[in-house]
Amino acid sequence: MTFDGYDTGPFFDELIGEDGRPRGSARTLVRNIESLPEGELLNRQRAAERALLQMGITFNVYGEGAGTEKIFPFDLVPRIVAATEWSRIDRGLKQRIHALNLFINDLYHDQKILKAGVLPADIILASKAYRKECIGFNPPKGIWCHITGTDLVRHRDGQIYVLEDNLRCPSGVSYLLENRAVMKSMFPQVFAESRIRPVANYPGKLRDMLEYLAPDHTTAPRCVLLTPGIHNSAYFEHSFLAQQMGIELVEGRDLVVDDGFVCMRTTKGFERVDVIYRRIDDDFLDPLCFRADSMLGVPGLMEVYKAGNVALANAPGTGVSDDKVVYAYLPQVMKFYLGEEPILPNVPTYICSEPADLSYVLEHIDELVVKAANESGGYGMLVGPHATKEECAEFAIKVKANPRNYIAQSTLALSRVPTICGDHFEGRHVDLRPYILYGKDIFVLPGGLTRVALKKGSLVVNSSQGGGSKDTWVMADSPVTEPDEFDPPPAPGSEAAA
Amino acid sequence: MLSRVADSIYWMSRYVERAENVARFIDVNFQLMLDAPAGEGPQWLPLVNTTGDHAAFAKRGLKPTEKNVIHFLTFDAENPNSILSCIRAARENARTVREIISPEMWLQLNKFYLMVTAAAKTSLSNPHEHFSSVKNANHLFNGIAAATMTHGEPWHFFLMGRMLERADKTSRILDVKYFLLLRSAEDVGTPFDDVQWAAVLRSASAFEMYRKRHGRLSPRGVAEFLLLDRLFPRAVHFSLLAARNSLHVISGTPLDTFRHAPEKLLGQLCADFSYAAVDEIIHAGLHEYLDELQTKMNQVGAGIHETFFAFKTPKPVRRMSQEQSQ
Repeated sequence: MTFDGYDTGPFFDELIGEDGRPRGSARTLVRNIESLPEGELLNRQRAAERALLQMGITFNVYGEGAGTEKIFPFDLVPRIVAATEWSRIDRGLKQRIHALNLFINDLYHDQKILKAGVLPADIILASKAYRKECIGFNPPKGIWCHITGTDLVRHRDGQIYVLEDNLRCPSGVSYLLENRAVMKSMFPQVFAESRIRPVANYPGKLRDMLEYLAPDHTTAPRCVLLTPGIHNSAYFEHSFLAQQMGIELVEGRDLVVDDGFVCMRTTKGFERVDVIYRRIDDDFLDPLCFRADSMLGVPGLMEVYKAGNVALANAPGTGVSDDKVVYAYLPQVMKFYLGEEPILPNVPTYICSEPADLSYVLEHIDELVVKAANESGGYGMLVGPHATKEECAEFAIKVKANPRNYIAQSTLALSRVPTICGDHFEGRHVDLRPYILYGKDIFVLPGGLTRVALKKGSLVVNSSQGGGSKDTWVMADSPVTEPDEFDPPPAPGSEAAA
Repeated sequence: MLSRVADSIYWMSRYVERAENVARFIDVNFQLMLDAPAGEGPQWLPLVNTTGDHAAFAKRGLKPTEKNVIHFLTFDAENPNSILSCIRAARENARTVREIISPEMWLQLNKFYLMVTAAAKTSLSNPHEHFSSVKNANHLFNGIAAATMTHGEPWHFFLMGRMLERADKTSRILDVKYFLLLRSAEDVGTPFDDVQWAAVLRSASAFEMYRKRHGRLSPRGVAEFLLLDRLFPRAVHFSLLAARNSLHVISGTPLDTFRHAPEKLLGQLCADFSYAAVDEIIHAGLHEYLDELQTKMNQVGAGIHETFFAFKTPKPVRRMSQEQSQ
């Protein structure tokens, strides 16, 4: 299979330049793929799918009879990120997480930013994810957002934008790690010849970060991963991470509060737990504090947490910054706390609660992507240019009824990566979710989950909506600068930052 | 370790072992069918009686034909003890403890599951071959477990589950022959009888090992070997000793002493076996003996559940008044 006749179309292609030649960092891979005997790439694609099936990296398909499992679709052609570009992403994400942590802490303490009138207090404090229970609380080591998965996209202009922040329970990192394991067995020569930065140390970094949070009274902290259970769609990831970190995977029913500490039920009685990496939402953490009907949480957990006898990652209340309205104000937030312009810009965003923005959105709804402020997974979302007139009209009514709950963004022409389609390559749109850990320092994993919209022309990359994934190769710094390495223009209004 | 995790590992192990033994049950009947004098096909209903699923089978209104019984025991998703259901249950348990077992164990169990589900979609052209693969898949699983899993507490729950299940199932394999004996009392002592006992031994992979130990085939010898042998790994006595050993490693109680019900019950059972004589057992009635044995083993299982897995809440703490002492 070759890239002859591959059409990049009117989009930015991550591997192939406008001249039809592979970009500098993609040359080794393209050469290797083109040198394979006819049919070999398809064989490897099938072998990769078989390996993923046998490893049980699957999700349940509902409505097709019990026990039907499918693999999360995976495409063998990776996305490649050049070293210089990555170093900018790395700096941009660290800057963003730093600011977000200061912001969350402020919201639960002095609310300086609201008093200064930078953000509308009534909207922020009315967010569903703002937890009054956390007001005045100081989380261990002052960190709220320990684990973040930020979604990045590249537009036709070549610029990388932040699409959204996921500070609650970002998932997908296990796919990234398993994808890499599969790719290494499929393209050993390319890995040998290129300088692809490794990602395998993520579970180790994650565990270090969790242990860093442990209360001071423990010398050998016991960390656990709290999962909603086997029926959760991300269960595979929970057990995978627990296994890779070598920590216990627990469900709410395994934990109990006893005498001011959180303990787990073991075959030899109750044993103390010091740090909980929780993969369940705030709402379900503690029925005595949040939703009383939660069967997933641990009654009394928040009391222990507030007394400093157990650490939670991420901290309850962190989700307030996932609110898409907060996202819309992020450049102001960054300016307020850091006095800096964002290194990675936001996608231009309209806030429907602002009358001027609202009327623009209603007039141009067929050109915009409209999102509910507090939904994720591609739900509660309208892609104007791909929707029918009726769908647009229906959505406009919803927006008018509750403008606070919506934001709108210009439709981006997401960049593409060549993807195997039958016996040839076609470009498919992608986004990128890097993972950031905030412990002793801020660590950005050099890689990320590249999600790809497998349907021709589709822009929705969510796995629940027909998306798949690709491996992401971040190239290491090389002494020789590739001549045609992509150098992005500076972010609008931030010449100094680039 | 977590009680819930111990529970899952124990049952994962029991279910895989159960699947293997169901394959052995069916295989013994096939062996008999091949060796039976012309016109005397083997009975299939006794098979369902031995696995303890006769009520469920009868409720379905199925005729006890070869085809129906094999399907019921092999691929019937509604029979919780079919091979398919066992492997599915084992895998579901494994899924909840993937972070405890080794990745290699999970991979093998998942392949095992994919093999059985794929076979369930086709008609078995060579059942014997399929049952061999089931046995081998379990051997591989156990071998991988022994070679890749830390031999700590989880391992001993794994081993204990397997050994208790095996003790139960070997006793039931002996029982298959009992049901057949009822059908053909006139065959006792004939060459056909020898063939039947050989088949029973083969289904427990015990034929050659039996020859080395006892030489001539005899009902007495077979019962002694499969029940009382301390060294043959599928014999009930061997399995119970191994289960008891794991139980004591888990709780840390010295052997021949006890701190809780399962240790007491299993210890008594092992002591009974140590001083049992096969002639007494046969004299009192083999089937009755096996029935009682299975009941006692079920009590051991219930005791293990109560001691290690059952949901418990902390006792209210009685403490010195901290406010005053500080």
